[in-house]
Amino acid sequence: MLMRSRQPSRHTLTLVFLLWISTPLQAALDIEIFGGGATQIPIAIVPFAAEEKLKQGITAVVAADLQRSGLFRLVDASGPALRDPRQVVYSDWKNRGTDALVIGSTVVLPDGRVEVGFHLMDVAKQVQLTDYIMIVPADRLRAAAHQIADIIYERLTGDVGVFSTRIAYVVKQGNKYALQVADADGFNAQSIIEYSEPIISPAWSPDGTQIAYVSFENKKPVVYVQTLATRARKAVANFKGSNSAPAWSPDGKKLAVVLSLQGGSQIFLVNADGSGLQRLSQSSGIDTEPNFSPDGQSIIFTSDRGGSPQIYRMPVTGTASGTAERLTFEGSYNVSPHHSRDGKSFTFIHRNGTRFNVAVQYLATRQVQLLTDSRFDESPSPAPNDKMILYATEVKGRGILAVVSSDGKTRQELSMQVGDVREPAWGPLPRVR
Amino acid sequence: MKKVMSVLLIGLLSACASQTTQPTAVEDKSAAQAAPAAAADPNLNPILRDPNNILSKRSVYYDYDSFVVKNEYRPLVQAHAQYLRDNAGARVLLQGNADERGSREYNLALGQKRADSVKNAMTLSGAKDSQIEAVSLGEEKPRATGRDEASWAENRRTDIRYQGE
Repeated sequence: MLMRSRQPSRHTLTLVFLLWISTPLQAALDIEIFGGGATQIPIAIVPFAAEEKLKQGITAVVAADLQRSGLFRLVDASGPALRDPRQVVYSDWKNRGTDALVIGSTVVLPDGRVEVGFHLMDVAKQVQLTDYIMIVPADRLRAAAHQIADIIYERLTGDVGVFSTRIAYVVKQGNKYALQVADADGFNAQSIIEYSEPIISPAWSPDGTQIAYVSFENKKPVVYVQTLATRARKAVANFKGSNSAPAWSPDGKKLAVVLSLQGGSQIFLVNADGSGLQRLSQSSGIDTEPNFSPDGQSIIFTSDRGGSPQIYRMPVTGTASGTAERLTFEGSYNVSPHHSRDGKSFTFIHRNGTRFNVAVQYLATRQVQLLTDSRFDESPSPAPNDKMILYATEVKGRGILAVVSSDGKTRQELSMQVGDVREPAWGPLPRVR
Repeated sequence: MKKVMSVLLIGLLSACASQTTQPTAVEDKSAAQAAPAAAADPNLNPILRDPNNILSKRSVYYDYDSFVVKNEYRPLVQAHAQYLRDNAGARVLLQGNADERGSREYNLALGQKRADSVKNAMTLSGAKDSQIEAVSLGEEKPRATGRDEASWAENRRTDIRYQGE
């Protein structure tokens, strides 16, 4: 299991450009993990040497990331810090029951930056799998830890890690609504817009630099696109009637939006700057929640054309079409579809009796799997590696975010201590530069 | 198996001043074109506020999963249609609403169906299409916040708002 290899070259430079003006978040983040598959990789992470001198430790962040994925089981790693692979006594670690071992160290440089290094060892084969050294500003230590978790994850699973990605979501606190962006573990949250009217349906541009969303600040829903770096924003769909449900095309050039401009709620395409409106769907009922396939050739969406809300698929062509292929047949309420990034399946919300749950359906086999069993789950958003799905749920009447592994075996809750959190959207992988 | 990790974050993050963005503070050319005043327009016809006049009644309610304007609301809708017909300069915003169960975007579309049903009834009674904008607030602006049938019924609603209100 430890032998699938991929060199972590992609990580070298990703730290540099994630520059954020941080809003202090006076909050505690509770991470609750339920369940766990039988095939978890046991891993021991020895506390990084000298990290107690830093304002932000590395070890706990790496451990939480790996554990949250559902693919790892943390093995007791208490004991003295180890800086050098030659210090490792493999038989001791074998006795503790671990397959993988991480040792690491931190050094504060004269200019205040921190050198963080680590080694990942295969305990059974008694060899080093990878090692890495990075130098980061002292306020980027969490990002460095996420990057280390990504390298370990990739080396041991063969899949791309998503711990350095960001998420967007809406927080309602009293009568105030904030669209926030945070690290994938919920930390470093900051508001990109706040208002006293609702905000829904945030959607990341494929390059991660912009977010489309729906704001009700003008007594009706209007679709905006906001650039994160400059905070400049533009109404891209502000037509007569309602404007909602933005979805980016994979090339980032167009948005699918839902307008009531020509009657009903119908899907249109518009350029990302708001020009070039073009109708896509043509039905007498509701067509909404469009989502592009990864190749941009088709969309899946929710429609009530058959009498109950179900998920359909139609090609994206130059002309409006009333023809679509129905994809869901189980139950009378299937909504909010999102393609997996590999295009082979889609996640959605399935009404299961009186419950609303996250489900996944495979396009080839039409096989449906329910992933959650809570009461009110909404807005599923797959991770860029398809291994986890972020969604909104409710605990004791309060909205929180949760993550479920794609096999449904591991769930965790991300809970801010204040406010009602909803409408999550998982951002893309950081771009390689 | 259940593990709980509580990670306290207080004070660990960098201590920059809070920076948030108000919509008015950002570059937004579109916001300037239509921002109705929040306070009631003094030019608004007082008849619309007269509690003894049916025109002061502004809400149409619906059955579960229905968009049909019920008979008991026909006189109300017709009175507003008549007013629009008699006052060519008057404009209304019809805001459809839905209860909270289910997808927010789908509920937005359901609220739109309700607003559209009132708009259709008004245009059939002589109001002009250009006088009416039908929009939806979905489940986002509930008037009742309970989780029971009475609250949900209160939120299955179309509200009639005149320009200037």
